[in-house]
Amino acid sequence: MSRNRAFLGQLYFGLFILYLLVPLIVMAGAAFNDSKLPTVAPWKGFTWAWFGELFADQTMWGAFLNSIVVALAVVALAVPIGTAAAIVLNSISGKYRATLYGFMVAPVLAPGLVIGISTVLFWNQLGQTVGANGFFLFGRGLHLATLGQVSYIAAYVMLLVLARLQSFDPGLEEAALDLGANHGQVLRRILLPHLYPAIAASAAIAFFQSIENFNVTLFTKANETTLTVYVFSQVRSGITPKINALAFLLILLTLVLALAYEMNRRRKARIEAEREAEARRAEEAML
Amino acid sequence: MEDLIRRYGTGLTAVFCLLVAFWILVLVILPNFSMLFESFFPYLPVAELGGPKDVFTLQNYEKILANPIETNWFGIPISIPVHISTFVDTVFFSALVTFMTLILAYPLAYFLAKVASPRSIPTLLLLLFIPMWVSEALRAFAWYIILTFNGPLNALLKGLGIIDQGIRWQNGVFTSYDAIVIVLTYCYVLFMLFPIYTAITSLDTNQIEAAEDLGSPWWRTHWRVVIPHAKPGIASGCVMVFMLSAGSLLVPTVVGSTKANWFPQTIYTWFNDALDWNTGAAYSMIFLLVCIIFVILAMRLFKVKLSDIAK
Repeated sequence: MSRNRAFLGQLYFGLFILYLLVPLIVMAGAAFNDSKLPTVAPWKGFTWAWFGELFADQTMWGAFLNSIVVALAVVALAVPIGTAAAIVLNSISGKYRATLYGFMVAPVLAPGLVIGISTVLFWNQLGQTVGANGFFLFGRGLHLATLGQVSYIAAYVMLLVLARLQSFDPGLEEAALDLGANHGQVLRRILLPHLYPAIAASAAIAFFQSIENFNVTLFTKANETTLTVYVFSQVRSGITPKINALAFLLILLTLVLALAYEMNRRRKARIEAEREAEARRAEEAML
Repeated sequence: MEDLIRRYGTGLTAVFCLLVAFWILVLVILPNFSMLFESFFPYLPVAELGGPKDVFTLQNYEKILANPIETNWFGIPISIPVHISTFVDTVFFSALVTFMTLILAYPLAYFLAKVASPRSIPTLLLLLFIPMWVSEALRAFAWYIILTFNGPLNALLKGLGIIDQGIRWQNGVFTSYDAIVIVLTYCYVLFMLFPIYTAITSLDTNQIEAAEDLGSPWWRTHWRVVIPHAKPGIASGCVMVFMLSAGSLLVPTVVGSTKANWFPQTIYTWFNDALDWNTGAAYSMIFLLVCIIFVILAMRLFKVKLSDIAK
C-alpha cells in the first residue's frame, strides 16, 4: 500500500515536471529551427542564424540594460526600506503593529496594474500641484516603474528580514550598549551582521522580481522599455525566432544558476555530514 | 518606539521611520488616494483643467454600464453591458484557474511533504523552481507556440491519428477562454503548490498514521486530517492565484482570442489607447474593490488571518 502510494507520487511528480518543462523545451528548440515562424513542428533544418539576429538587435540590448538598471535601483531602495520596516515593526506590538503590517503587505496582494496606474496618477497630480507638470520626473518613465515596483517588492524584503529578526537576541545589543558602544556601532556591528543572510537573500529576490515585472512597468513606462516588455511587444507584433534564441539563453542561464546552487548545497551537506561523523568519533574516543 | 530610540539613538530611529513613512505614504497610500480622487473627475484636455467642467462626477463609473451586448450564460440569452460581461468572465475564469491549480497542486504538495524521502526534497524543489525563474512573458510565449494552428500540438495529434483537421486552440474548443485558462494555470500552479506544501509539512505524520490505524480510508484521512491542517496554505494559494490570474494582462494578450476579453485589457485600453486616465482609474477602483472583497471572502471561508495569507 505505502510502496504503491510512493510509486504513484513519483509518477505524478515526474509527469508534473514534464508538464512544466516541455513548453520550455519546445520554445528553446524553436530557436534552432530554420523557419521564419517560431515553431518546431515542420523542422526545416538546424541554424544559429536567430542568435546572430538577436545580438544585432539594438532595441533588445537597450531593453536589457534598462532592466538591469531598474532592478539595481529597486534593490537599492527596497532593501533599506524593507529592512527598516522590519526593525520598526519588530519594536512595536498590539493594534498598531497589525495595522502597519496590513498596509505593508497589502501591495503584495494588489494587482500590478492598480499599483502602476495609481503611481502614475499620483506623480502626475503632484506635478500639477507644484506647478511643474512638464518636468520629466512627474511624467511616465522608468523612474516611476522603479517606484511602483519598490512599493510591493519592499514587502518581500520586510517579510524575510522580519523572519530573521525572530532569532535575534536583543540582549546582545544591551550588552554592547552597556560596554559603551554607540548607536551606530550597535546597528553596524551587532544587528546588521545577524541580518545579512536575510538581506542578501532579499536583495536577490528583489532583483529578480524587478526583472520579471510586467504589469507595473507596462503602465508606468514611457518610451523606454525593459526586457519583459520588449518580449511582450515582440510577441504581439509578428514574431521571429530571435525571441526563442533569447528564451534559450535565459533558460540556459537559469539552469547554470540552479546547477551551481545545487552543487554548492550538496558540498555543504557533505561537509556537515563529515563534521558530524568526526564529532561522533571524537566522542567515542573520549569514552 | 522608546525601545528603538534607546537602542539606535534618535538619528537612526528617525531614518528608519522616514524610510517606512516614505514607503507607506508616498508609495502606497497617497497613490491609491490619488487614484480614488481622479476617478471622480472627468477626463479633460489640459486647457480645461480647473474650468467649469472640472467637477465631481460619477460618469467614469457609469461608463461600465454602457454598450449592452447580446450574450448568453449557460444557454440563457441576456443583454448586459460589454464591460460588465468582460468583468464577469474574468472573475469566473480566474476562479476556474484557481480551482484547477488547486486540483493539480494538492496531490503534489502532499507527495513532497509526506511521501517523498526528505533527503531528495531540496533537489525536487529546485527542479520545480526552474520553470518559475523563467519570466512569465516567455512562458506565455511558449504556449503561444504550442497552441498555434500550425504548431506542435496539432502536428502531434495529427501524427497520432487522433484528429485529422488542426484545431484552432486559441479560438477555444469549449469557450473562447480555453487558451487563457490553460496558460494561466500553467503559469501560476506553483504559487498554489508552495503554500500548501509548507502548510502540510508542519502536520505531524503521526496524525495521518493514527487515522489510518483507526481504519480511515485515504480520502477521509485527507478530508478530515490533512486538508483542515493545510487550510491556511490553501487559502494563501487561492488568493495568490486568483489575484495573479484576474490581474494578468500579459497572458490574455499573448494567447487570447479576439473574442476573449480580460478586464485588465479593458483598463489598459482606457489608460493607454484612449489616454483617458480618469476612466482607467475608475475601472481599476472597481477591480481593486472586487479583489479586496475576494480576499475578505477567502479569509472568512477558510477562517484565516491576513498574516497567514501574506507569507
